[in-house]
Amino acid sequence: MSRRVTIDITVPNQTKYLGVIGRIGESLAYSLKDYQGNRRELAYHLNLVLTEALANAICHANSCDPDKDVRVLISASDQDLTIKVFDQGQGFDIEAVSRLKARTHDEGGRGIQIIFKLMDRVQYTREGNRNILEMTKYLR
Amino acid sequence: MQVKITEQDDIVSISIEEERMDAHNSGDLKEQMLQLFDEGKCNLIINLSAVRFIDSSGLGALVSGFKNASAREGNLKLCCLQPQVRSMFELTRLHRVFEIFTTLDEALASF
Repeated sequence: MSRRVTIDITVPNQTKYLGVIGRIGESLAYSLKDYQGNRRELAYHLNLVLTEALANAICHANSCDPDKDVRVLISASDQDLTIKVFDQGQGFDIEAVSRLKARTHDEGGRGIQIIFKLMDRVQYTREGNRNILEMTKYLR
Repeated sequence: MQVKITEQDDIVSISIEEERMDAHNSGDLKEQMLQLFDEGKCNLIINLSAVRFIDSSGLGALVSGFKNASAREGNLKLCCLQPQVRSMFELTRLHRVFEIFTTLDEALASF
């Protein structure tokens, strides 16, 4: 059994870090030794899910406040990959947002739906004065 | 956002010179398109050949441009999508909204 990889990063609450974090997810997909699926697609999806979750934390939960931080914790094994994104906002009802269907001509509202489409398990919980968006993908 | 803008007759081509279109730079594209609309230019082609990654904010900026162009009786069309970017339009069903062309010449000829 291979060892679990954990990556724990904290960045300032600024969108210029979206690419940095997204690319880490992409690189991680290429480093999973025994993944049998479409690796290129997984790399894109991890980049996308990290970008969407982080943008949600930065722009919505943390109200684009540049003095706040966002923490991202990625934990991966050959079996599964879990991403946790921590924000310091008021929180929101993720189930309700996921049920809203973005109409084709809407400009926004697709980010959370994309996360639900691409990940196997998604939950958003409050812990003390922060919220945690936790997303898991099963790799086998 | 780095873009290259060229005009041919009344059609403006905006070539995105970025690898990523996300929440960090998509607002810039919206602004640049609004400026073109204010100048009365409402037939746009967005050339995405350099774009390797697009997120929901990038898609939202393109939808915004499409709606603004349509409201002015113009059009916004897309060309030169990389496969992963194309898959995002399919995932969100936006391929049903936009006219998407393989090459810039095909997009130009369609107006």
